[in-house]
Amino acid sequence: MRIAVCIKRVPITGGRILLTDDARAINTQHLGFTMSPHEECGVEEAARLIEANRGDSVVLTLGPPEAVEQLRDAMALGVDRAIHLQTDGQEWDAEATASALLEAISADEAANGPFDLIFFGNESADSGGFQVGIRVAYSLGRPCVTGLKKVTLEGSSVRCEQEVEGGRDVYVVPLPAVLTVKEGLNLPRYPSVPGKMRARSKPVAVTTPTRPAPRLELVRLAVPAGQGRRAESLGIGATAAPAVVEVLRQAGVL
Amino acid sequence: MTLPAHARCVVIGCGIVGNSVAYHLTRLGWGDVVLLDKGPLPNPGGSTGHASNFIYLVDHSKEMTALTMDSVRQYQELGVFIQSGGIEVARTKERMQELTRRMASAGSWGIEGVSLLNPTQVKELVPYIDESMILGGFSTAGVGVVDSLRAGTLMREKGQAAGALHVAPKTEVTGIDVEHERVRRVRTTDGDIEAETVVITCGVWSPRVARMAGARIPLTPAVHQMIDIGPVPRFRGAKSDIEHPIVRDMDTNMYERQAGGDLEIGSYAHRPILYDPEDLPPVEQAALSPTEFPFTQADFEEQMQHALELMPEIVGDESVGVKYAINGILSLTPDGMPVLGESPDVKGLWSAAAVWVKEGPGTGKALAEWMVHGESEIDLHSSDIARFHEHQKTRAHVRARAAEGFNKTYGIVHPSEQWASNRNIRLAPFHARERELGAVFFEAAGWERPQWYESNAPLLEEFGDRITRRTSEWESRWWSPLINAEHLAMRERAGLFDLSAFTVFDIVGPGALASVQCAALRQMDVPAGRVVYTPVLSPNGGFKSDLTIMRLGDEHFRVVTGGAAGMADKKWFRDQMVGGAELADMTSSMTTIGLWGPRARDILADTTSDDVSNEGFKFGSCRTIEVGTQRVLASRISYVGDLGWELYVPIEQGLKLWDTLWEAGRPHGLAACGIGVYGTTGRLEKCYRAHGNELETEYNVVEAGMTAPRVKEEDFIGKAAHLRHREEEPAAIMCTLTVDDHRSKSGEKRYMLGREPILTRDRKRIVDRLGRGSYVTSAGAGPSVGKHILMAYLTPEHAVVGNRLLVEYMGERYPVTVAVAGATPLFDPENTRIRA
Repeated sequence: MRIAVCIKRVPITGGRILLTDDARAINTQHLGFTMSPHEECGVEEAARLIEANRGDSVVLTLGPPEAVEQLRDAMALGVDRAIHLQTDGQEWDAEATASALLEAISADEAANGPFDLIFFGNESADSGGFQVGIRVAYSLGRPCVTGLKKVTLEGSSVRCEQEVEGGRDVYVVPLPAVLTVKEGLNLPRYPSVPGKMRARSKPVAVTTPTRPAPRLELVRLAVPAGQGRRAESLGIGATAAPAVVEVLRQAGVL
Repeated sequence: MTLPAHARCVVIGCGIVGNSVAYHLTRLGWGDVVLLDKGPLPNPGGSTGHASNFIYLVDHSKEMTALTMDSVRQYQELGVFIQSGGIEVARTKERMQELTRRMASAGSWGIEGVSLLNPTQVKELVPYIDESMILGGFSTAGVGVVDSLRAGTLMREKGQAAGALHVAPKTEVTGIDVEHERVRRVRTTDGDIEAETVVITCGVWSPRVARMAGARIPLTPAVHQMIDIGPVPRFRGAKSDIEHPIVRDMDTNMYERQAGGDLEIGSYAHRPILYDPEDLPPVEQAALSPTEFPFTQADFEEQMQHALELMPEIVGDESVGVKYAINGILSLTPDGMPVLGESPDVKGLWSAAAVWVKEGPGTGKALAEWMVHGESEIDLHSSDIARFHEHQKTRAHVRARAAEGFNKTYGIVHPSEQWASNRNIRLAPFHARERELGAVFFEAAGWERPQWYESNAPLLEEFGDRITRRTSEWESRWWSPLINAEHLAMRERAGLFDLSAFTVFDIVGPGALASVQCAALRQMDVPAGRVVYTPVLSPNGGFKSDLTIMRLGDEHFRVVTGGAAGMADKKWFRDQMVGGAELADMTSSMTTIGLWGPRARDILADTTSDDVSNEGFKFGSCRTIEVGTQRVLASRISYVGDLGWELYVPIEQGLKLWDTLWEAGRPHGLAACGIGVYGTTGRLEKCYRAHGNELETEYNVVEAGMTAPRVKEEDFIGKAAHLRHREEEPAAIMCTLTVDDHRSKSGEKRYMLGREPILTRDRKRIVDRLGRGSYVTSAGAGPSVGKHILMAYLTPEHAVVGNRLLVEYMGERYPVTVAVAGATPLFDPENTRIRA
């Protein structure tokens, strides 16, 4: 079978998020980068499916030259090869991103045959547009199920479980299909050292799509209230007990 | 909790060092100590929090080993030390030789439980290693892992329990007020504290905090990469953090250690990645901690390969994943040693920075002793913050040397190895002449000093068999037989020496005499025109320094000391100055040329009409004479044990003086001589001691054999201790030994370079009643006596002329004989030459 996974390079957050002076971007001076956590589950799912069923897996990203790091990370987890739609670092809106990915996917399918499954993260960890997967599916005319917490291959169709309030909606759709997945779908493996070393020599095809005039303009970002709270250690072992009691007392549960 | 308004001492930084300094200050009796950190406890976010926490014991540096050993002792007492053993493995023949040097250092510093292993033996201890990759290993049983955060907490709690320590986390220092060059107040986000003393133990932030007080702490934050892989099937069910020896893969600059069920792999092999303290994020903006930067995979590619080669069973296991990977930030300094002591910029402002977990508690204790008692049990001269010359504190220098030193973390570093970066900072006025003579330059305090001159090659032929040749690459490195040739030319005719690297400072004014009396062991109330060589003692009567002082007038003294110790000596003298004395640094105003040898007087006489006869210019005197058209301060003293003078002129006249002497000297066979003669061969033949080698605070004047018949009436630092030492039987006696047979098992002749252990004939360490082991403090050729000379402190029973002992070198033992017990020179024992 053939599987594609689309990922995005995003800042690793953990501490308080700072914006650039013009409030149009996150200040990444002290931040590392990763692929969105949802997508990591997509990569893991693709790797597992290929391990079980054999075939070919491809990871795609639209991003700056440094995004090759995330492509290598995906390949370290087992994906066979990568397609890098290189940008100059400018943000692309969801419509433009989807159209560039569509072009790359179509080109790959023309050469190698259709993908049975195309995985997306449900939404990216930074801009959270919730659109790219759906737009690609629509353009390809393929079924699309979003927000998945479980994916099971059943012959020529795929059973998809979507988390909804109070339970799960279950869909069975025929292949080929587009799935957007969420963290919790699986527990992604850590890359092994041999996996990382193999990833170094796996092929990365690079193209440089032209950025269309954006139809969506980013005016400014704002950090939501409540951001920047941090967990605090009250101590280690028995010495922490009085502090814990105090917290519980303040919370009114003691 | 509100901060106290006043503190005896404010310690800034709650890493392993700050906790340790604070605790030891309270243990030594200081109350009102405040310990601050901008981060939360127990892990405020500095380098302690992400350290790999293992401790290797053996270092070629005595000082570093002593700090480490003391730290291990403290960690053990705190119950946070797990002994695992450690093996440094060798992939190359050069490394195997280096491991024999580590064996020797272990012997010198008294570390037991060390052995050299063959690959099979390594495999028995580390079953997951691929022994075909290695030639052998150096095993240290006492290696282990600590919980440094826990240790810090325990020390903090002890100080608090004693009621002497106030701890304030999440309190950021916003300013340090300095008044009249003394620290007065620490400003924080929670209020101000009036402080008598302040200690900066802020690790990688230290330069930034020091700058608040207008002081400098020369270090740079740098990346150390580390990954953690697991779960390792073999370690499943591990009962403690570590059950297998820690492996240092020396040739690849890496280590691998078990960490519970995982394996931690660290590297010092990648390109140096340096930051500025300003690059560190605030605590609340850091994803992990402010000192755990995002991992840069590209810098670790080769290291994965190396780890895989060495431990394929674990690293090659597809089920073992990379769980954690960071670019951990740690501190590097321009010379690889910590930055300890009171800042020369601000009184009362102390630094304990660039200290790693392995030496943290020992450093904290030593610094606290220094603050409370005026000196520490362990001699810290190599770590003294006052050691840096101005250019060595610049950002560019710190970064250049830190970058160069980083990949030497596990390197094979020759004792004479020279730095390549940021050279040619300080040039003698006759530097061009030296270049024309083919000088090979070594660096001292930033000065470029000729070590020998290639143009002296014809001397090799002249002296023929009297010059020992070395065939071993190691001992030939950073060495030339020309040193010995220059030495012989000096002894037979005369030598011209560039002594520009001296640190020279004048102490003047009505308080000048009292000031120098306070620092000097010897009587300084001498007639003007006398030059006095004197030890400078620490409060406990050990050697703080040794130097010469010229009395140039009633209220004018000129102190001349070596470049390496110069800045620390300057601070020491300044700290002892009484009212009415002023200190002026003349180092860059004066230059010095040494002229010594039996023809020195003839040469000098040819340039001057002043009386330079023995009667007219006695040994130990100094005065201004005319050399050609120049007025030259001539000082009749010698560190090479021959007739001659140190000649001082304003630096812009140095070239002229050089040319004058050179021209006058040619008919007399004058040779340009490098520091190889001045610092080693000439000195060792005369059994002259050197600071940092024979002279350290751990040894006293009596032991060094430098006791004068009388002690001056006037008070001086270390007097009470010195008087006591004179009454005691010395625990050790400085001896000069000569090597009886240089042949190794392979038949090649080998020559010790220093720091090797001295053993009894039955191969036992020699340890004095104070626990100090015997090791070679200095080693070098004695071309005029035809022997290779070693100096070492020996116990009185062994300090007997003719006593036969062994020296361990590169895994073999060579017979040596005690030639001198005490200070009598090996060459010209009656000192007729210098008094000729």
